[in-house]
Amino acid sequence: MAAYVSLTATRTSRYALVASAVVVLFLLAAPHFLPRSLTQDLLLIFLLVVMAQSWNLLAGYAGLISVGQQTFVGLGGYGLFAGAIALSLDPLVAVALSTVVVTLLAVPIGALVLRMQGAYFAVVTWVVAEVCRILLAQWMALGGGTGTSLPGSAISSTSLVRWVGEVYDVRAPAAREIIIYWIALVAMVAVIAAVYLLLRSRLGLALAAIRDGEVAAESIGVDIWRNKLIAYTIAACGTALAGALYFLSNGRISPDAGFSVLDWTAYIIFIVVIGGIGTIEGPIIGTIVFVVLRSTLSDHGPWYLILLGALGIAVMLVAPKGIWGVFSARTGIQLFPTRRRLEPVAPPSSATEA
Amino acid sequence: MSIVNTIIQGTLLGGLYALYAVGLALIFGVMRLVNLAHGDFIVLGAFVMLALSTAIGLPAPVALVIALPFMFALGWAVQRLILNRTLENDLLVPLLVTFGLSIIIQNGLLQIFSADSRRLSLGALETASYSLGGITFGVVPLLTFAVAVVVVLGLSLLFYRTALGRTLRATSDSLPIVEIMGVDPRKVFAVAMGISFVVITVSAFFMGVRANFDPSAGPSRLLYAFEAVVIGGLGSFWGTLIGGVILGIAQAVGGAINPAYQQLAGHLVFLAVILLRPRGLLAGSSI
Repeated sequence: MAAYVSLTATRTSRYALVASAVVVLFLLAAPHFLPRSLTQDLLLIFLLVVMAQSWNLLAGYAGLISVGQQTFVGLGGYGLFAGAIALSLDPLVAVALSTVVVTLLAVPIGALVLRMQGAYFAVVTWVVAEVCRILLAQWMALGGGTGTSLPGSAISSTSLVRWVGEVYDVRAPAAREIIIYWIALVAMVAVIAAVYLLLRSRLGLALAAIRDGEVAAESIGVDIWRNKLIAYTIAACGTALAGALYFLSNGRISPDAGFSVLDWTAYIIFIVVIGGIGTIEGPIIGTIVFVVLRSTLSDHGPWYLILLGALGIAVMLVAPKGIWGVFSARTGIQLFPTRRRLEPVAPPSSATEA
Repeated sequence: MSIVNTIIQGTLLGGLYALYAVGLALIFGVMRLVNLAHGDFIVLGAFVMLALSTAIGLPAPVALVIALPFMFALGWAVQRLILNRTLENDLLVPLLVTFGLSIIIQNGLLQIFSADSRRLSLGALETASYSLGGITFGVVPLLTFAVAVVVVLGLSLLFYRTALGRTLRATSDSLPIVEIMGVDPRKVFAVAMGISFVVITVSAFFMGVRANFDPSAGPSRLLYAFEAVVIGGLGSFWGTLIGGVILGIAQAVGGAINPAYQQLAGHLVFLAVILLRPRGLLAGSSI
C-alpha cells in the first residue's frame, strides 16, 4: 500500500506567496510616490479587507452568520476614544489597548450569542450591537448621542509623528496619515496570514468540520461550542482593530457611525459575497470591487445601495461562490489554499506492491 | 397607580409587537426562514397605505382594506420569484438574500418618499381615550391589542382547523412526505408568505397610526418582532402574543425610569431570556 501525505500548498501558492511579498513591499513604500488621496483609498481598502476576512472567518469557515459585527467596530473605536480622551493615552497605545480589551469582552459576548444557532444567532448579534449603541450614547464624557472628536493634542503629540514628519518633510496631519496607513497595512497582512495559518491548523480543520456538519463533527470529538467561541473571538479582535484604526484616521466617532449596520455589516457582507465566501482571496477581490463601485456610483445615493443589494442577491442566487469561487473552479487556481489534498509520497510507478 | 398604568400601557404596546411578531413566527414555523426584511416589509406596507390615503385621498382604514390583497400578492410573488430559490441552501443564502432585500426596500422607500417622518391619520380617533379608575386607555392602543388577539386567534384556527392549515403544518414537518402526497411545497410557501404579508399589513396600519415612521424604521421593527418570538418560545402564536406583551411591558417600565432606556430595557429582557431560557419562557408547554 502506498503511503500518502496531506498537503495544502501548491506550486501556484508558492509563487503567490512571493508575489504577495512584492506587493506588500510596494504598498509599504507607496507613501513615497503615491498622492495622498490614493493612499487614503488604500487605507480604507486595508481596513475593509481586515473586517471582511474577519466576517469571512465566521461565515465562510465557522458557519456563523453575524449581522452584528458593527458591535466590535464601534467598541474598538470607542475604546480608542476612551483611552485617548479619558485616560490621555497616546492614540496608538489606545488602539492597541482597545483591541485587547474588546477581544476580552468578545468572550462573554460570544458565550451569550452562541446560545442561539443559525438564523437566530444572526439576529441576536444585531440586538447586541443595538444594546452597545444605546449604552455608548449614554456616555456623556464621549459626547453622548452626538459623539465626539479626538482632541488636537492627541493627534500630533506622539514622537513617531514628529519623526515621520521630519523624514518625509510633511506636517503633522499628513505624517499621522502615513503612520496609520502603515499600521493598517501591517494589520491587513497580519490578519490574512493569521487566517491562512489558522485554517491550516487543527482549529481550521475543526471549523470546516463544524460548518459541513455539526452532528458529524461532534460525533468524532470536535468541541463545537469551544471552537465557535474561539473563531468568534478572533473575528472580534480583527474587527475591533480595524474599527479603532478607522476612527483614529477619521478623528471623530458617534454611536450611529460606530455601530452602523450598513457600513460595517451590509458592506462587509457584500464584499465577501461578491468576492467569494469561504476563500481568503474572495474578501480581497470583493473589497477592490466595492471600492471601485463606490468611487464611481456613490453620488447616486439610494440607487447605489439598491444596486449593491440587487447585485448581492443576484450573486447569491446565481453564483453563490462569488467571483473568486467561479474563477477558481474554472482554472483550478488557489493562491492561498487551505484545503488538504492527499498525495502519494512516492510516485505510483515505484510502488513495489500491486 | 403609576406602576399599574405603566404595565397596562406596556401590555397594550405589546399587542403591536405581537402583530409584528406573528408574521415572522408564521414564516419561521412553515419554512424555517428568518426573514431579515420583515421589518422593512412592515414599513413598506405603511408607505403603501400612506400613498393610497394621500394620493387618492382615501381614509386610512379604506386604504388598509385595499392594501391587504395587494400585499398578499406581493408576498406571494416575493416568495415565488426570489425566496423559493434560496430554500435548498440551509442558512447562508436565505439569510443574506433577505438582508439584501432589506437594503433594497429601505433605499427604494428613501428614493420615493424621502427620509421624512410620516404618519397614517385616523382623525379624532387617534387621540380618543377612555378613563377608568384614574387610568387612561387610548382607543387606538386598545384596538391594536384587540386586533392582535383576533389575528392570533384567526391564525390558530387557520392552522389547526382548516385543510390549508393542515397542509402548512405538514409542509413544516416534512417536505419529502408532503411531496409524496402531491403537495407542491413552493406553492404552500408562497401562500404562507402571502398570509404573513396580510398580517404585516395589519401591523403596519397600527404602527402608522400609533407613531411616526420613516424608511429606516424597519430594522428595529424586525428586532422587536424577533424578540417577541424568542421570548414567547417558538412554535405557538399564543406564545408570541405573550412574548410581545412581555417585551411591551419591559419597554414601558424602562421608558418610565428614563425615556432613553425604553428600547434598552426590551433588549436586556430579551438577552436575559436567551441567557436563562434560550428556548423561550413557554418552552415545553405545547399549544
